[in-house]
Amino acid sequence: MSLLSVEQLSVAIRGDDGIQRELVSAISFAIATGQTMGLVGESGCGKSLTAMAILDLLPKPQALRSGGKILFKGSDLSQLNNKALREIRGHKIAVIFQDPMSALNPVQQIGRQIMEVLKLHFPKQSNAIHRARVLELLTEVGIPAPAERLNAYPHQLSGGMRQRVMIAMALACEPELLIADEPTTALDVTIQAQIVRLLKKLQAKNGMAMLFITHDLALVSQLSDHIAVMYAGKIVEYGPATQIFSQARHPYTQGLLASLPGAGHPPKSPLHSLDGQVPAIDNMPVGCRFANRCRYAQDICQTPPANEVITKQADSHEVVSVACHLWRSISP
Amino acid sequence: MSLNNDKAILKVNALQLHFGQGGGLFRSSRTYLRAVDGVSFKLYEGETLGLVGESGCGKSSLAKALLNLHKPNAGSVHYRETDIAGLSDSAMRKYRRALQMIFQDPFESLNSRHTVEVILEEPLIIHKVGDRESRRRRVAELLEMVGLPLSAASKYPHEFSGGQRQRIGIARAIALEPEILICDEAVSALDVSVQAQILNLLLDIQQKLKLSIIFISHDLAVVRHMSDRIAVMYLGQIVEIADAESIYSQPRHPYTQGLLASIPRLGETSPIEAHISGDLPSPIAPPSGCRFHTRCPHRQARCEQEAPILQANEGSEHATACHFWPEIATTRLLA
Repeated sequence: MSLLSVEQLSVAIRGDDGIQRELVSAISFAIATGQTMGLVGESGCGKSLTAMAILDLLPKPQALRSGGKILFKGSDLSQLNNKALREIRGHKIAVIFQDPMSALNPVQQIGRQIMEVLKLHFPKQSNAIHRARVLELLTEVGIPAPAERLNAYPHQLSGGMRQRVMIAMALACEPELLIADEPTTALDVTIQAQIVRLLKKLQAKNGMAMLFITHDLALVSQLSDHIAVMYAGKIVEYGPATQIFSQARHPYTQGLLASLPGAGHPPKSPLHSLDGQVPAIDNMPVGCRFANRCRYAQDICQTPPANEVITKQADSHEVVSVACHLWRSISP
Repeated sequence: MSLNNDKAILKVNALQLHFGQGGGLFRSSRTYLRAVDGVSFKLYEGETLGLVGESGCGKSSLAKALLNLHKPNAGSVHYRETDIAGLSDSAMRKYRRALQMIFQDPFESLNSRHTVEVILEEPLIIHKVGDRESRRRRVAELLEMVGLPLSAASKYPHEFSGGQRQRIGIARAIALEPEILICDEAVSALDVSVQAQILNLLLDIQQKLKLSIIFISHDLAVVRHMSDRIAVMYLGQIVEIADAESIYSQPRHPYTQGLLASIPRLGETSPIEAHISGDLPSPIAPPSGCRFHTRCPHRQARCEQEAPILQANEGSEHATACHFWPEIATTRLLA
């Protein structure tokens, strides 16, 4: 059974005019215990909204979950009340965001901030136990001289160190699922490599599952067991990481991969580029949302493509699905 | 590409740019942030020189010093044979006309209250190019060159997407037919599919206008794609400079090696190596000796005391600032 199974999730935004516009449309995916799923897509495709919808962190009342189920270990999170959800948030499912500076409290020492999580979820344990655990966490995430850093304020730390503090806080209760939303995007590559290695190490140790959200295709290819590619609020392709990158089936995935510098392009040669733009939210086509930029588009693309499951094996996690009418004729 | 000395369009020699911090009326201790600390290089005609390094290494400060937007503390910048430090105001205007810049955030660098036509016409007016009629024609020509429709002229920057705004930024930069273009993280804010469009446009324009480009980016794959030569910066200094192919296939400096090993590669499932430990030290009090020694896996006692000099072997253009690079190269071969 999957640890997290998202079924037909939709997220809508209510504009000032009172009209609801769907930014995430009926997406489904699943994550198994100990596995990493990468959710990739360009800005505005709805990947962060998906992450926020899972834990009901959407900015209300403008944004709301307009449909679907979020099954965590079999129980539907969307049916839980606030109190029950609070026990899961930060405890069973933790989140780290792109910008640790805005996620950390600037006027509280980092040691206290991490202890707050422990106090909330383990109110019966003593302060001394919590303090020891905070030290252990800071050591685990590789913060040098952790005992001295306990009293540091976020602004006294570098970006990489702040992200480590965020990770320590997220791991405080040994979550079963970690949602990481662009956790290394604001960091330099050498620091990114340190953070990614740390996440992998901790994952191997705790058997934690991860939902890794990023726009960086190369990074996600190195981290993930499964990958879902999002475009304009839809998952267009989903499958094992090795499959997605070696034989992308959806024209959008193919186009994205081909537009990366270095992916088979000699230096200074023209890159493959996806022309045009994502359709505006008010003007979402009924059919395939990628059709206006797709070089293979035909009449049939004016109707919505179904998520076609390609290789179905006994193990349900090896499913590859692609939402394209024409994938058979265009696959490499 | 032939690296002919005579073809150097820009010669930078021992350039320093320090920013004073703190101090004041009642405080005697004034510290200096050494943003650029003794940088020398040449930019040859028609080439693209990539400038890479992590945030805070001084890439953007160097660009600003080249444009004389910040006055360097020491060292010199020669444009062809002229030292730009001694230029009169009118000569400086001419120099700035030859050297244009594209910024990371086209939204912040375009005046939001002006139409695209006004934005593109402004540099022509300032530099007294043509009459109104010919300027209008030039604006239309520029829009076509960067792949925007003529109707864009009467619109405002907010009506465009990020990629289109960057096209406007490029059109403005080439309006005066510069010889040198500095692209400071010009595609960093863009999604990959749009990034590809803009990179293609830059390559195209470079060929048409025979531009020399300084391409600054933290994205090593993008720099590799765009550059003929690459300079790697660390804490205000160039630690390695060579042709792009050598930098990527035979990096010599341990920092370059670590930087390259840190880039995630598509479809490579082996765990990402974290070669370089720790954070960037403060540029206010950089480490003694070799500035990289605090994070270097190969450091020895000498590295803490003696600063290595950026030098190339006889007959080679591949220069490295490391005491021990030949030894490191040998051990890498054996490993």
